[in-house]
Amino acid sequence: MILAIDTSLGSGVAVVTTDGDVRGVAERAETRGHAEVIGDLILEALAASGAAPADITHVAAGMGPGPFTGLRIGIAAARAFAAGRGIDVVPVVSHDAVALEALEAAEAPDLVVVTDARRREHAVSTYRGLDADGIPARVSGPTLAPAAPSVPAPAAVDTAPVTSHPALDAARPAPALTTRIPAGAVGVLAGRQLRVGRIPELAEPLYLRAPDAKVPGAVKRVST
Amino acid sequence: MNRTDPLVLGIETSCDETGIGIVRGRELLANTIASSMDEHARYGGVVPEVAARAHLEALGPAIAQAVAEAGVRLEDLDAVAVTSGPGLAGALMVGVGAAKALAVSLGVPLYAVNHLVGHIAADVVTPDSEPLEYPTIALLVSGGHTSLLHVRDLTTDVELLGETIDDAAGEAFDKVARILGLPYPGGPQIDRAAEGGDPRAIRFPRGLSRASDMAAHRFDFSFSGLKTSVARWVEQHEAAGEPLPTADVAASFREAVVDVLVTKALDACAERGVPRLLLGGGVVANRRLREVALQRAAERGVTVRIPPLSLCTDNGAMIAALAAQLIASGREPSTLAFGADSTLPVTEIQVAEREGAGR
Ligand SMILES: [Zn+2]
Repeated sequence: MILAIDTSLGSGVAVVTTDGDVRGVAERAETRGHAEVIGDLILEALAASGAAPADITHVAAGMGPGPFTGLRIGIAAARAFAAGRGIDVVPVVSHDAVALEALEAAEAPDLVVVTDARRREHAVSTYRGLDADGIPARVSGPTLAPAAPSVPAPAAVDTAPVTSHPALDAARPAPALTTRIPAGAVGVLAGRQLRVGRIPELAEPLYLRAPDAKVPGAVKRVST
Repeated sequence: MNRTDPLVLGIETSCDETGIGIVRGRELLANTIASSMDEHARYGGVVPEVAARAHLEALGPAIAQAVAEAGVRLEDLDAVAVTSGPGLAGALMVGVGAAKALAVSLGVPLYAVNHLVGHIAADVVTPDSEPLEYPTIALLVSGGHTSLLHVRDLTTDVELLGETIDDAAGEAFDKVARILGLPYPGGPQIDRAAEGGDPRAIRFPRGLSRASDMAAHRFDFSFSGLKTSVARWVEQHEAAGEPLPTADVAASFREAVVDVLVTKALDACAERGVPRLLLGGGVVANRRLREVALQRAAERGVTVRIPPLSLCTDNGAMIAALAAQLIASGREPSTLAFGADSTLPVTEIQVAEREGAGR
């Protein structure tokens, strides 16, 4: 049984069997307050699935991309839960989980996942269908791109299609700005990655940006 | 849960040290500290995002190391404890997220506690020491805080007497080190530079120490004016084309900081009629501060307690120790609904305590 945790956008936790059966999900859409809700979400997802912590054999961690402060909380929780149980963490690219859900539902094999990266930038990944292992075939990304004016602002989400984006070629179907990482899909994907031994090498979260920090210049004079 | 001598793992991530400590009641079993200090050196101070990233990477290995050192198993823990605040919000959140998940995975209660009160609790797990007597005055000095507390009871009654109104004392050391062209962190650098210097060579100002400051700021600190004063002195000296007497400047600056810290702490002891002073925080590493505090306190009949340095700097053992004391005094665990509170007041010793049966 896999415990999947992702806080790259909202906060989501799911309990999923290793062969991809989603047994319990607990999600919050808010893009703030991850630290406040993460503990209760884990309890809720476990309760919904009927699983006890001792039944969990792997923890899937959504590694982003996403705003740093929130993203880290889910990864910290995933690593700590795994430490407590003495089990492994399976990193998952959060965009891949979005792609998995979309590709399994849609006929079109080409897909672009776009999430808000703040500072007028988007995080973009492109996919070409599912591969033989049932894992989304990521062609590019995740990478940062300037937020195209036609991409809806985070306030107007999910429904408005993107008609153009620097990362897209015009022939592809138009994606919406994704505002939810499905925790269940994070778990399903982790199960598939585990089954075929394709664990992404992601030691660090997909921050995609260096920390804001300036090396100080000369000491400022105080005398006039 | 063993309420007498609970086995507690504490997680501390409020600034740049990732601290994991394990205690059994008053006994210290492990105190693992991973610091990101080196990563901040080129920026001349702690960069919150750099600190938070480092916490995430250090947490897992630090937990494993602490557990190995303590010779316990995580399954044996009675509780997990974590710093809820005060501190850097993004850094605190890493610890909070980890602590909640660890507690849930182990099925044990979680205690969310106050970082500053944790510094006082460090004394409880200091090896081979008599139990701390209350009330005590506590002076906590680090790169992040400069606080003077009146502790009547560790788990129920801590009062903030005063704190810095601008820079923390440790920050002042860092900034003056930069003025003198010395690297970060400034504390040990200033100490080294001050060797052989005359602490009375230059009379730098003592912040908030005038008679007119006593009404509103008797127990508050201010180091920003001191820093500016050092900068001005150095500039004037350079303008005059004279070689800078670095040792004298460093020693005189350090003396001004130490003087105001010790004077206000002993004034608090006198005003509150408390003949005990506890020192905590990383700046306690400063030998001159310890010397002056011990000497002047002895003259006034005040006993000084100084935990070993590894328990004075930010660490997880003090967080575990505070939770162990809360548990021993019958307090209920925290709910899982708390967050990081960067400005948590010292009066909130435990955060989000669950309503107990019959309460
Ligand atoms: Zn501290």
